[in-house]
Order: sequence, then C-alpha cells, then structure tokens
Amino acid sequence: METDKSKIGSFIFNRSVQGVFYQLITLGLVALGIYYIVTNTARNMLERGLASGFHFLGVESQFDIGMTLIEYSPTSTYFDSFIVGLLNTLLVAGIGILFATIIGFTVGIMRLSSNWLIAKIAEAYVEILRNIPLLLQIFFWYFAVLRALPKPKQSLELYDSFFLNNRGLFIPDTVFGEGSSIIFYMLWLTIIISIGIFIWAKRRQNRTGERFPAFYVSTALILGTFFISLAATGFPVSFEYPELKGFNFKGGVKLIPELVALTFALAMYTASFIAEVVRGGIMAVSKGQTEAAKSVGLKQNLILRLIIIPQALRVIVPPLTNQYLNLTKNSSLAAAIAYPDLVLVFAGTALMQTGQAIEIIGMVMGVYLFLSLFTSLIMNLFNRFMKVDGER
Amino acid sequence: MSTANKEIGPPVIELGAMGWLRKNLFSNWYNSLLTIFGLYLLYVLIPPLVNWIFLDANFTGSTRDDCTNEGACWIFIQQNIKLIFYGLYPTEELWRINIVYLILLISGAYLLIPNLKYKGWVGAFLLIIFPIICVVMLSGGLGLEAVETRLWGGLFLTLVIAGVGIVLSLPIGVMLALGRRSKLPVVSILCTIFIEIWRGVPLITVLFMASNMFPLFMPEGVNFDKLIRALIGVMFFSAAYLAEVVRGGLQAMPKGQYEASQAVGLTYWRMMALVILPQSLKMVIPAIIGSFIAIFKDTTLVLVIGLFDFLGIIQFVGTNPDWLGFSHEGYVFAAAVFWVFCYAMSWYSQRLEKKLDTGR
Repeated sequence: METDKSKIGSFIFNRSVQGVFYQLITLGLVALGIYYIVTNTARNMLERGLASGFHFLGVESQFDIGMTLIEYSPTSTYFDSFIVGLLNTLLVAGIGILFATIIGFTVGIMRLSSNWLIAKIAEAYVEILRNIPLLLQIFFWYFAVLRALPKPKQSLELYDSFFLNNRGLFIPDTVFGEGSSIIFYMLWLTIIISIGIFIWAKRRQNRTGERFPAFYVSTALILGTFFISLAATGFPVSFEYPELKGFNFKGGVKLIPELVALTFALAMYTASFIAEVVRGGIMAVSKGQTEAAKSVGLKQNLILRLIIIPQALRVIVPPLTNQYLNLTKNSSLAAAIAYPDLVLVFAGTALMQTGQAIEIIGMVMGVYLFLSLFTSLIMNLFNRFMKVDGER
Repeated sequence: MSTANKEIGPPVIELGAMGWLRKNLFSNWYNSLLTIFGLYLLYVLIPPLVNWIFLDANFTGSTRDDCTNEGACWIFIQQNIKLIFYGLYPTEELWRINIVYLILLISGAYLLIPNLKYKGWVGAFLLIIFPIICVVMLSGGLGLEAVETRLWGGLFLTLVIAGVGIVLSLPIGVMLALGRRSKLPVVSILCTIFIEIWRGVPLITVLFMASNMFPLFMPEGVNFDKLIRALIGVMFFSAAYLAEVVRGGLQAMPKGQYEASQAVGLTYWRMMALVILPQSLKMVIPAIIGSFIAIFKDTTLVLVIGLFDFLGIIQFVGTNPDWLGFSHEGYVFAAAVFWVFCYAMSWYSQRLEKKLDTGR
C-alpha cells in the first residue's frame, strides 16, 4: 500500500504530468468555447437566411465609390470594391508615411537643437498633438478647415498650379509623351550602375583603406543622365495644369478633401510620435562615440554619417516601422469622414448590403493582420542583420 | 606690463539675461536666423489664437444672436453643457452620476496624497465595491429608476468606456503576458495568437466586429447592449497591448529573481504574485500609463458604431440647426478637455517614474 501511494503521489506531483494536464484543460476549454460560438453562429445565420461562404465576392456590387484608383462602376463585383478600398487605404497610408517621416524627423531634430526657442516650439508641437485624439484631429481638418475653405472661384493658389478649395486640392498632372520610356530605362540603368559603384567602393575601402566619393559620383551620374536623356528625347514629359472651368477645376489631379484631411491629420499626429522616436534614437548614441570619432581625426560630416547616424538608425528603425504600421491601421478612421478606404467600402457599404459579417470582417482584419505580421517579419530580419556581434 | 595687473572678469558672455540669450538663441548666424524664424512663427500663430479664444470671444448670452464679437462663441458650449457632459441622461437623475464622480474624486485624491494610512483599504474599495456602486447608481436597480445605456453620452460615456477598458484590461493583459511566457507550449501558442490578432488589427474593425458579429455568436434570445459590446471590444483590444507591455517588464527581470524564489520553494503563482510581478510591473509603469492614454484617446472611435461619446456629442450638437457653424468652438473645447486628461496622465506617470526609481 505504502509504495502504491507514493507512486500515485509522484505521478500527480510530477511537473511534466501536471503540465500536460493543464494544457489539456486549456485546450479543452478553448475548443469548447469555439464549438459554442460556431454552433450559435451557424444557427443564427440559418435563422436569418444568410449563406456562408465567399460566393458573394463575384456578385455585382451595385454601389459606386467616390474615389477609385482602378476602373470601377456599380456593375463591378464585390471583390472589385474590396480591391478599390484596399488601394485607397494603401494610398493614404503611403502619402501619410512620407509626410509623417519628413515632419517627424524635422521636429525630432528641432527638439535637440541648441536653440532654446526652436527646441521649445518642437516640444510644444509634440506635447499638443500626441495628447489629442486622432479622430478629433481628423474632424478638425475635415469639417472645420477644409469644408470652410472658399469655393473654387476664390481658391487659394500657389504659383498658378496648386489650387485649394472646398472641392479638394488640385495639383498638376505629369503627362508622359512619346519617348519618355527611354528616360525611365536610363534611370533604372544608372541606379543599377550606382549600386555597383557603392559595392565596388566598399570593397576597395576594405582592401586598401582609400575612400571613394561614391555618393557624389552616383548622384551626379543619375541626375546627369536623367537631364541629358530628357534633353536628347526632346522633353517628352510635360505638366497638365488644373484650370477653372465654370464652377469647378478641370485637368490636373484632383485630391478629394477627405483624402487631404485624412493625410494631413495622420501625418501631423504620427509625426509627433516619430519625433520622439528620432530624439530618443539620437540621444541613445553616447557622447563618447562623438569624442572618440573626433580624436581619431574624422571630420564633422563624416562623424555624423559614419558614427552617429548608423548607430541612431539601429535604435530608430524598429519603433519607426511600428509607427508606420500604426499610421496604416489608423487610416481606417477614414470611415468617420467617408473617405472610401477598405473599412468604409467593404466593412461598411458591402457589409450593409450583403450581411456577410463574418466573411467581410474576417477579410478586412486579415488584410491588416497580414500587413502587421509582414512588417514584424521584416523587422526581425532587420534586427538580426543589424545585430552587433557580442551584443545581447 | 600694465595688463598683468588688470583684473580679469568672468566671461560676461555666459552670465545674466544677455548671456543666456546669446548662448541659447544667438550663438551663431544660423541660430539667430532660426530664432527670428521661430519668433515670426509664434507671432503668426499666438496673437490670433489668443484673440479668438479669449479677447474677442463671447462669454455671456443664451442664443447665437448674442455672439456679436469676432472671436469664439463660448455660449454654444455653455448652452449645451449638459449634453456635452452627460449626454441624454435624464436631468432629474444627474445627481447619480455626480455622486459617482464625487466618490471617485475623494478616494482618488486620498490615494494620491502621500503618507496616509489605510491606502490599501481605499484601493480595495475602489477596485471591488466601487464598480458595484457604479453599476447600480448609473444603470439603475435597488429602487433607483433604470436608465438605458442608449441615453448615456458625452464626457460621462467616454469616462465609463475608458475606465472599464483600463480597469478590466490590466488583469487580462497580465494573464496574457504570463501565458505567452509560459513553458507550456499550448498555453503560450494560444496566448501569442490571441495577442497578435488583436494587436494586428485597427480598433475600428474590432468595434465593427463587436457590433456586427457578437450578436451572431450568442445563443438565441441573448441580446447584448450596444455599449457592452463596445466595452468588450475595447477591453480585449487594450488587454493585448498591455500584455506586450507587461511581457517587456517580465523579460527585463533578471533570471536570479526567478531562481531565488524557486530556491525558497515558492510555487509558480506565489513566485509571480509576490516576487516577479510587483517588480516588473513597477518597471513598466510609464509604458502602462502610456497604454492607458492610448485607450482614453481611442474611446472616441465608438462614435462610428453609433455611441455618442464626448466627441460624438460635440459633433452632434454642432448639427443642431440653432447652432450651425460653431464646429470650431466645439473642436477646440473637446481638444482642450482631452488634452488636459492625457497630459495629466503623462505628467503623473513621469512623477511616479521618478518616485519609484529605486536606483536599480
């Protein structure tokens, strides 16, 4: 009896046995929960006469979208509307990221300025913008600023080519004429050659220690070839300027006010976070690095380029991509001002019409999930690549 | 030789107001240029803003016709103040909300004042008894008239959503973080999937899901209130973010702490509750408060599923035909209120960080 008891005891109190037991319980509970939800959903859908599945994607959507980057009409399918929404989301995210980076780096460097006034202005920018909800900022730019702009006839204009009014922002369009493809090929060719120059310069420096001004040479090469080929083909690239015709502008590219307001708000808001990332990154490079670089006789611009920036970037890039991702996810607030992004078009209008809640929300969430997992994958690779040997 | 006897004064340039100006604003030509540019920027922005908000603004009156001055018409806010702060909550029942605020204010202040006794009891009261008081007082029961949640709104609703989100998401977040770092593969994988899914999608899709899909998940006859659906969405969403913050703290704990607590024979839960969590949560307090600020700002999104929170109500009163064209005032007021809340939280977190810095 005695030995039996201790055997049972050692079985029950065995760590790995307990582990398996707890895991089985967890798995069982989760499975039960999923089963509960699935059966409920199936019955609810049956009652409401909803068919599950993705057949609805091939059906005519019968609604129009205010802004499309590809051909789209009410006779297009729901899948087309999904693509239109996705492209609009990517468009606003792309422009937003570009401007947020520019503003964010500027403000972040301003905060570290030795000039007291400039540093304080940058600090005020950061503290004000990041403590006000993004949605409020979007509303502000859209309802209070862009909607209150003058009519097309009294547009605000810049150089007779940029016009801002309550219909949106009108900018010149580039028109590529005959022969402009040659310029593109030349551009690509010179970019590839430049990459070659960089690799060669690096190898030569590693071998002999001599530096080669690869940056200046390749910039000169790319720009020079660009202008020469532009001249040689007889300037086939021209601009089409927007013009006031009747009550509205014709020609050029029209950016709808929703897009302008959303981009503006996203860029300004995210920039306040990027500014902090940049500031933190630059401050993380210890002063000894600068002093050591000076003492081995590097010039100021080389200290910046070879010592400070590479080390600061290692700190900056991961949180920076995180901010880019946040901006992309935040672009879904477009739904609140009716910019036709993925959420508004697909999770809004299409969902309302078809009632396929699970499929549609699953697809929309899947897109964002893919973007964020993809980004973290890239970031992990980046971190592995940037890791200094011997670092934790 | 006479120069040798001359007293050498301190370098004047570094001292006094002039010295400060020269050092910080006009140290070289491009700094001077930047300063002038900065001053110009302030000159363009600040005086018109001050004029609009204070000097030229209208403060007294009762209708839009009283707004005769050039500046902001704060009468718009004054006249709608009940809507903005309490939503459509019945006027004769407003005392219930105010009492809840009062209890929160008094016990919160008690906790913030240093060196007082019985803080633990007050904290326990806030975490355990106060929520029950809130539910009874706000939604009705025990002889109080029931107030449907569709009448809730304004700043009150914002505080309810943010408060519930913050209070409930922290324990869930801690459990998820522990689960993700668990040695049991099933638990760790499930928690990781859960966290990454919520973190990977925007809150707006979570809210859409909460309002469109939750009803499908429930058995027949069970119908959730719209507010509760939104609360569940906000709660899980912020729990996932908090889980990652807490995980950062857990990872930063030196291994010796784990080994030492195991060596004195603590079980897993005791080790976590008594040794690891108190230390690691303390380390990540600033980040936790950062997440709280994010939740608070994100509550504004509930207006897309048709709840009238603070911002939603401000949008709504702006569409009242009597008060068309005053959206600027509404937005500036809302921005000011949100800013005060968020800035206060971040200020408090900085103070706490300094106070808790035990010099590790």
